[in-house]
Amino acid sequence: MTMLRAVWLIVRKDLTVEVRSREIAYTTLFFAVSCVLVFAFSLVQEGRAADGVGAGVLWMAIMFAGNLALGRTFERERQSETLRALMLVPAPRPAVYLGKLTGIVVLLGATEVVLVPLVALLFHAEMLAHPFWLAAVVATGTIGFAAVGTLFAAMLVRARSRDVLLPVLLYPITVPVIIAGVRATMALVQPDFDEAVVRFWLALLIAFDVVFVTLALWTFEPVMTD
Amino acid sequence: MPKWFLPAAIVCGLMFVVSPFVIANAPFDSTMGLVYKIFYYHMPSAWMFLTASVICGVASARFLATGDARHDRTAWAAAEMAVLFGVLTLVTGPLWARKAWGTWWVWDARITSSLVGWMIAWAYLILRKYGGPGSEKLSAGLALFGTANVPFIYVSVNYWRTIHPATTVVPTLPFSMGFPLLFCLTAFTLLFVLLIKLRVRVAEQQSRLDALYLSLDDAR
Repeated sequence: MTMLRAVWLIVRKDLTVEVRSREIAYTTLFFAVSCVLVFAFSLVQEGRAADGVGAGVLWMAIMFAGNLALGRTFERERQSETLRALMLVPAPRPAVYLGKLTGIVVLLGATEVVLVPLVALLFHAEMLAHPFWLAAVVATGTIGFAAVGTLFAAMLVRARSRDVLLPVLLYPITVPVIIAGVRATMALVQPDFDEAVVRFWLALLIAFDVVFVTLALWTFEPVMTD
Repeated sequence: MPKWFLPAAIVCGLMFVVSPFVIANAPFDSTMGLVYKIFYYHMPSAWMFLTASVICGVASARFLATGDARHDRTAWAAAEMAVLFGVLTLVTGPLWARKAWGTWWVWDARITSSLVGWMIAWAYLILRKYGGPGSEKLSAGLALFGTANVPFIYVSVNYWRTIHPATTVVPTLPFSMGFPLLFCLTAFTLLFVLLIKLRVRVAEQQSRLDALYLSLDDAR
């Protein structure tokens, strides 16, 4: 089986399970919306939030919801005892990682389609003033976050207290994603749009994605072998 | 334990006892006065913190590549050193910053990367302790990611602004200020080497003991 085909089959399997049960999609989305509402109640005063708060809230919601989705997607494999089968797939190990990563990115992407307009509405942020730039920033940020998260969630699937350990490991490592994501989004929603700033953060996010996907592909094999 | 361990430990202890006097004899800084003297402890701890982090990252990568448990023990010991010297760095830093900059904390590139690096070292130990069986590989993966992460944090925070004094001032220090720094640096390096040696030794004994228990079970 070629690498690409294996990746595609794993993505299709994950998405089919998800389309049938809609478990992760609904819980993640509901949790993300609840987060945004909690932030709105605490940060919006007299109908207005401070400048740039929307960008921060968007990324916090993505990271919290992403954490939930990552934990759940591997917990499902563990509960139905399909993880071993997945590891026995006659394809290179990294294909399993790439398949899982793609599934998570698609799922988080679907959540973000709802989150971005919601944050724009509740925080009076002009999120959609530069849609292509925003899409690029959100996509690269999500890939970076999910690249680290997929590896860690996979590693932790057999560990004790994995639910608590995932955010403990994930958030310190993804600090650059949140800094770059928030700063770039903030630059996008400002009235005087500075393209150079957005370009810098986008370049940083792309570099982060490249480095961490490569590292994860290399690490996935040794850490997933018993 | 190797033969040099006890004499080295005695020398190290003596150096730490003498160090306050050496520091007290160093001249006052023309702009900062007395408060700058904390940096005789701050900078050596920061360097040891950085050294420990690098050792942990390199040993973890080698462990993942080779599967040799010796590298794992080194990485574990280094992670503990990183947490220890990280605390010293992060406590002495704000004490100085309060006087010099008028604020306890700033989100400067060096400071933020140190804080996140220290958190990763801490996460490493949490994973080791609570991860259960097989956590040594997982923590090696974490250490590798943590090491690769530091340049990204540095660049991203640096893009705002950096007010932390550069280490390029060190070679230009006059002898009266440079000597206490060198003295403290030697003391901290010695302490670091001794502690890491001791910690690796404990881990070795531990794994030897585990192996003995296992063979005892097999014999029954």
